[in-house]
Amino acid sequence: MALFKLRKCHPREDDHSVMLPELETHPEAQVVRLHPDDSIEALKPFLGNLSLIILNFPVFRDGRAFTQARALREYEHYRGEIRVEGHILPDQAEFLKQCGVDTVVLPEGSDVTLWEEQLKRFSFSYQETFFSKTPSVGA
Amino acid sequence: MTKSVGHYNYEPKDKAFLQERIAEFEEQVERRLKGTLSEEEFKPLRLMNGLYLQVHAYMLRVAIPYGVLDSRQLRKLAHIARRYDRGYGHFTTRQNIQFNWISLEDAPAILRDLAEADMHAIQTSGNCIRNVTSDEYAGAAKDELMDPRVHAEILRQWSTLHPEFTFLPRKFKIAISGSPEDRVAARFHDIGILARPGENGPLFRIFVGGGLGRTPVVGQELFDGVPEEELLATLEATLRVYNAFGRRDNLYRSRIKILVQTIGVDAFREAVKAELEKMDISHYRLTKEKVAAIRARFAAPTLDAPDGGTATLAEQMQRDSVFARWVKSNIHAHFDERYCIATVSLKSPGEIPGDVTDRQMDGLADLADRYAFGEIRITHLQNVVFGHVRKDQLYDVWQGLMALGLGAANIGLAGDIVSCPGLDYCSLANARSLPLAQKLGSRFGDMELQAEIGAMSINISGCINACGHHHAGHIGILGVDKRGKEFYQILIGGQAGEEAAIGAILGPALTEDETVEAISRMIDHYLSHRDIGESFLQTLHRLGKAPFKEVAYGSV
Repeated sequence: MALFKLRKCHPREDDHSVMLPELETHPEAQVVRLHPDDSIEALKPFLGNLSLIILNFPVFRDGRAFTQARALREYEHYRGEIRVEGHILPDQAEFLKQCGVDTVVLPEGSDVTLWEEQLKRFSFSYQETFFSKTPSVGA
Repeated sequence: MTKSVGHYNYEPKDKAFLQERIAEFEEQVERRLKGTLSEEEFKPLRLMNGLYLQVHAYMLRVAIPYGVLDSRQLRKLAHIARRYDRGYGHFTTRQNIQFNWISLEDAPAILRDLAEADMHAIQTSGNCIRNVTSDEYAGAAKDELMDPRVHAEILRQWSTLHPEFTFLPRKFKIAISGSPEDRVAARFHDIGILARPGENGPLFRIFVGGGLGRTPVVGQELFDGVPEEELLATLEATLRVYNAFGRRDNLYRSRIKILVQTIGVDAFREAVKAELEKMDISHYRLTKEKVAAIRARFAAPTLDAPDGGTATLAEQMQRDSVFARWVKSNIHAHFDERYCIATVSLKSPGEIPGDVTDRQMDGLADLADRYAFGEIRITHLQNVVFGHVRKDQLYDVWQGLMALGLGAANIGLAGDIVSCPGLDYCSLANARSLPLAQKLGSRFGDMELQAEIGAMSINISGCINACGHHHAGHIGILGVDKRGKEFYQILIGGQAGEEAAIGAILGPALTEDETVEAISRMIDHYLSHRDIGESFLQTLHRLGKAPFKEVAYGSV
């Protein structure tokens, strides 16, 4: 499994991962995998133990993981690692980073240079987001 | 460089951004040609750069943010029509322009040419927040409460490559107006915004879940009195609810209107409020300073016409009755008595609604430079507006328009037909809409007859996706396919604006020629049964649709 870092971080192993419903019986789990329709609210009681949350793209057009990532960062102030896996395009790298995602499980046959280039492509973004360095609109 | 009137003037970072975006697209095209990007993966990416695959060729839809162009930009569009298309372009019902005969290889070069004039095709298609539309009389109309264009620009910037909302369940359209007249059809948008001044800055009334298409719905009020500093936070929260809960399993059930209908507007509002409570509002605050910084990049026209224009105009109207008729139908009141707002009809009898040649674009740019501060607006009814014309120069403007073949006196009248491109271009269409628009335009071509009929909107869509807004027309026409043949359904009673209503289907679908005849008979019926001063819609409301149905189907 090739992992791409969207920003400087220390990715952890995804061993012993559980799905959201399993957290009830395994509250000690440190790694959880979410479906796009899983609610971030439901994760709340377990966030203290979690150090890796893996979001899923069933297809790259399904953008729910972007909202999940932002909810984790902005609402729950989760500081652990957020990873995405599934069908993801390098063209989405900057969006993922802006929404607070740390790492990407690269789909089979991915060209890492495309991912690297995409992160350097835009000199600024028009929005203020979790990771935006430059302020937005009008500044 | 002098600043353009009526729209945001780019600064270096905006120009750099466009270049970066073009480089990205160029690389995507390359990957597609190499095969490392599948067509399934490439499609949403090209759509978000305005590139559609149609029946005969690629179509490029260029964004005209809030419908405002300067003369330099219009000349650039003329150049693109000449160099890369067949010498014309087509203005759409969302204030954009489409070029219908584009080759994929040319697309990056066209985007570069556009960028030279600070234009782009970003998010004119795809499941993202589309180009924001606004009131074509913005900053000029006498009835306006506030100019919505500064906020339209703020929304343009906020929605451009939004990291969270670029892969939504479906397309998302926003319109904003600052007039009580609602000239943007706010209630027929995913989000419609009506702005007004308040004691401590602008206030916004926000409608959600409106739209036409397969399931026409009049939008419902989400909030009223949203203060300026909470505008972006409120929109973020609304989009967040939609992105998380909008359906993704069925293309036809995935617009926000379906979500709002399914859970009800009250539950939807509660969900948005719950988001707002969790959000760090300070992070999304639209401060006065930010608004002022955007406003500073807008230029206002210097209105310094001499007095006496009103008298000059009255004399000219007296002398020339054809001009007088044009003034009566195509002029709207300006807040400055010495000026007026002139609408240029792109609906000359027999022509394709919204089509404009390269020569006409250049001519309009010249007229704008000479008489209208170089500013041109595109309307959602597919016409062109000069926002600030001196009354004493209006006659010269009109003569210039006549020379360009753009002197039709039919704004808001039967000939001012709105139409989608239909089966002639669009691969979604069931039937052609342009030939029917041309036939109806010819049938009601006589300017005197149109004036006699009075206020009338005819809208034609070539399929159920309703790009011609057929539900919102006083008379709407929907193209359908019946066993491989083109037929047309007639709807009546629709309207946009404050009294927004969805038209009702009259009866079985008819052939193209039968449709023209049926509509003629309906209009004749109105003319012979109206009370003094009554409009078509008023007569329809008084009599009900039954007699119109009878005459339409020839059973009387």
